[in-house]
Amino acid sequence: MTATTAPLTRTPVRAARRPPARLRAWATRAPLLPALVFLIAVTQLPFVATLVISFFDWNALYPKARRFTGLDNYRQVLTDADLRHSVWTTVLLTAAVVLASLVLGLVLALLLDRRFRGRGIVRTLLIAPFLVVPVAAALLWKHVLYNPEYGLLNGLSHYVGGPQPDWISRTPLLAVEVSLVWQWTPFMMLILLAGLQSRDQQQIEAARVDGAGDWQIFVHLTLPHLRRYLELGALLGSIYIVQNFDAVFTITSGGLGTANLPYTVYQSFYQAHENGLASAAGVLVVIGSLVLATFALRVVSSLFREEVSRA
Amino acid sequence: MRTVRRHGAGLLAWFAGIVFFLPIAWMALTSFHSEADAATNPPSFTAALTLDGYRAFFGSDGGASPWPALANSAVASLASTLLVLLLALPAAYALSIRPVRKWTDVLFFFLSTKMLPAVAGLLPVYLFAKDAGLLDNIWLLVVLYTSMNLPIAVWMMQSFLAEVPVAVIEAARVDGARLPVVLTRVVAPIALPGIAATALICFIFSWNELLFARVLTGVVAETAPVFLTGFITSQGLFLAKVCAASLVISLPVLAAGFAAQDKLVQGLSLGAVK
Repeated sequence: MTATTAPLTRTPVRAARRPPARLRAWATRAPLLPALVFLIAVTQLPFVATLVISFFDWNALYPKARRFTGLDNYRQVLTDADLRHSVWTTVLLTAAVVLASLVLGLVLALLLDRRFRGRGIVRTLLIAPFLVVPVAAALLWKHVLYNPEYGLLNGLSHYVGGPQPDWISRTPLLAVEVSLVWQWTPFMMLILLAGLQSRDQQQIEAARVDGAGDWQIFVHLTLPHLRRYLELGALLGSIYIVQNFDAVFTITSGGLGTANLPYTVYQSFYQAHENGLASAAGVLVVIGSLVLATFALRVVSSLFREEVSRA
Repeated sequence: MRTVRRHGAGLLAWFAGIVFFLPIAWMALTSFHSEADAATNPPSFTAALTLDGYRAFFGSDGGASPWPALANSAVASLASTLLVLLLALPAAYALSIRPVRKWTDVLFFFLSTKMLPAVAGLLPVYLFAKDAGLLDNIWLLVVLYTSMNLPIAVWMMQSFLAEVPVAVIEAARVDGARLPVVLTRVVAPIALPGIAATALICFIFSWNELLFARVLTGVVAETAPVFLTGFITSQGLFLAKVCAASLVISLPVLAAGFAAQDKLVQGLSLGAVK
């Protein structure tokens, strides 16, 4: 690939007669174009198609009956009790998982920021949950931990004579959330640990010399410094978890009131063949994500500009 | 007092590490138990170890063999990662070493595509694939996974290439080195660890993907995560087999993740955190 870009980018430097400015500008842009064109074609065009389809009444089983219905699908999505419920479920699931894993991740990052014997091993142990294939992790929770008859949770509870509940049917959403918190806490921990390690050590030393205690340093120096890392973790986590499909699909198959929007989109076209409705639901997911993304881009951008100006 | 507290924090960290790792350890132990020992309450910690779960997973009990699915996942992940590198390297070059005008805007456009949920584009992709006869074709997944990982890869590699000092490149140019030489002898050695980490992270994301694989593949092109969904409804004694399957299919990700451990956070935060 360097072979294809090399002649183009080399010309401005090597050529004795310099080509016109416009040509040189294109030569600089050329290496960028394949990636840009590819990305626009594969990711942006489908969104446009989704938007168009969302205005049609279109059931794949009756393709002849396809017709333009304007905003009818949106009205249906927003008034349908199940779909409205799935919007609520998505919000609840995302917020609960992000907050819980952020708090846990912060505690773990603070612990790991200290020196102790075997820190590298503990770090590795803590990262591991994030590196289990999501479907495998969901199966692990569903069958190996939650199962009421032979799951580990009830098995351990058995020793202390505790209750033997059926975790998934008693608290289905919580069951999904806990498994996701387990997987996402390492992610938050890694981001926050990077934040902790980029603190200004001299400033902390100076504060300590001036008699500041651990708690004061944490509240007045560490937390303000971590603020943007917390924001970044929360927003990136939200973007990934809003889209979660694997855990809902595996642990509850969208039943018991745990169907979130991605699952609903999947179900409405894959099982109910309602293309128009699925697209309208998809557009709603996009709008929700855009709100999140605007904030996320702002945070990334401020961190990014700091990095660039530091360099 | 201070030493007590430091040891206390260390102990607490160890405790947390063990709690988080316990489900995986238990899954590993269960995978080596016989089905009868796997499904007991209270749990049998000291039962005899056996490879039966793994044998069953690989098809000794007459079930479907996982090898085609594993091979499909390998093709989808490796080919898409390669394609990502081919597209992202020149792009990252044009965004760092020889930046185009308004390069930050371009960089943020790449990022913004990652923030749109993939599920919203699923239906048109499905309809297109159906019309074009590409359903149940692994190469469709290769193209889709490439587009999913491209923004992350461009961001990561941009930040790695930006770490190559401009002065070094200039010096090589002044000494008369041509661009291919500069790229292979000067840029590559400095940026290589970062490029490797990028590749590993793209590999992980492709290997893990379920939704598109589930909708767009069938018998022929099913990937390993889709194969795992066959275990969602439990039938009979199968716990050791599930554990063996989950572990085997997670192994490549665990290996790639630990290999990329130091750069993991940079990739996952899209290069925003170093």
